[in-house]
Amino acid sequence: MSLMKNERAIVMSMWDKMASQAEAIGTETLERLFCSYPQTKTYFPHFDLHHGSQQLRAHGSKILAAVGDAVKNIDNLESALTKLSELHAYILRVDPVNFKLLSHCLLVTLAARFPTDFTAEVHEAWDKFMSILSSILTEKYR
Amino acid sequence: MVHFTAEEKAAITSIWNKVDLEKAGGETLGRLLIVYPWTQRFFDKFGNLSSAPAIMGNPRIRAHGKKVLTSLGLAVQNMDNLKEAFAHLSELHCDKLHVDPENFKLLGNVLVIVLSTHFAKEFTPEVQAAWQKLVIGVANALSHKYH
Repeated sequence: MSLMKNERAIVMSMWDKMASQAEAIGTETLERLFCSYPQTKTYFPHFDLHHGSQQLRAHGSKILAAVGDAVKNIDNLESALTKLSELHAYILRVDPVNFKLLSHCLLVTLAARFPTDFTAEVHEAWDKFMSILSSILTEKYR
Repeated sequence: MVHFTAEEKAAITSIWNKVDLEKAGGETLGRLLIVYPWTQRFFDKFGNLSSAPAIMGNPRIRAHGKKVLTSLGLAVQNMDNLKEAFAHLSELHCDKLHVDPENFKLLGNVLVIVLSTHFAKEFTPEVQAAWQKLVIGVANALSHKYH
């Protein structure tokens, strides 16, 4: 599965709208994840997960920055994400099912923050993009 | 059996009471068919599904989306016994419609996203969590009678 030309353009143009709110979007995504899927908190026993926590904001920022890097390297995602892929496979070892949960929460966040921009076409392109990112990040698991 | 707290029920009904069934239903079903095109396999006889605008503008899809979302009203009224409430629909989806239950999960998540576009700030993480619980409860209830 790879992005078609028009899907790439859609992903990039939506990112342009998101970029200035990256930290807020990342933080809200994580809050939604931990709220709807409390089992995901098992990966963060060392974090203060209260609303507004500095750690939550920093981590949300980090995740969205990585998504932004992926957008900037949309034509060669596999090589751009090699290090992150290794990190997830050998160090973090987050169970693959959680990538879908995080992706879904990001889309819910985008829908809430950009109700008119988040059309069906944008929804499709971003769902597919996140699915591809998740595949690459779990590629080296075994 | 799923148990909903008083807060979760309130979060769900506060949103549900403001939902435009036709608009939200049409959008939800339309988005399902666009984001997950393989789901179109169940709608061969529904006319033009050749593009996103065609799907979103298709009156039969809109009408069917309204029908599906109206059934979800059943869930809101019967949060404490979803399995019983959806027993008949479960049999229908298995025996007559032959729908893979995975599709119920996809539809549920698309609905959550549509509600998020409509309700924005009101669709807080806590409200979302209550709705995620409802849609997964419905998905499970709808697959309960499968054999």
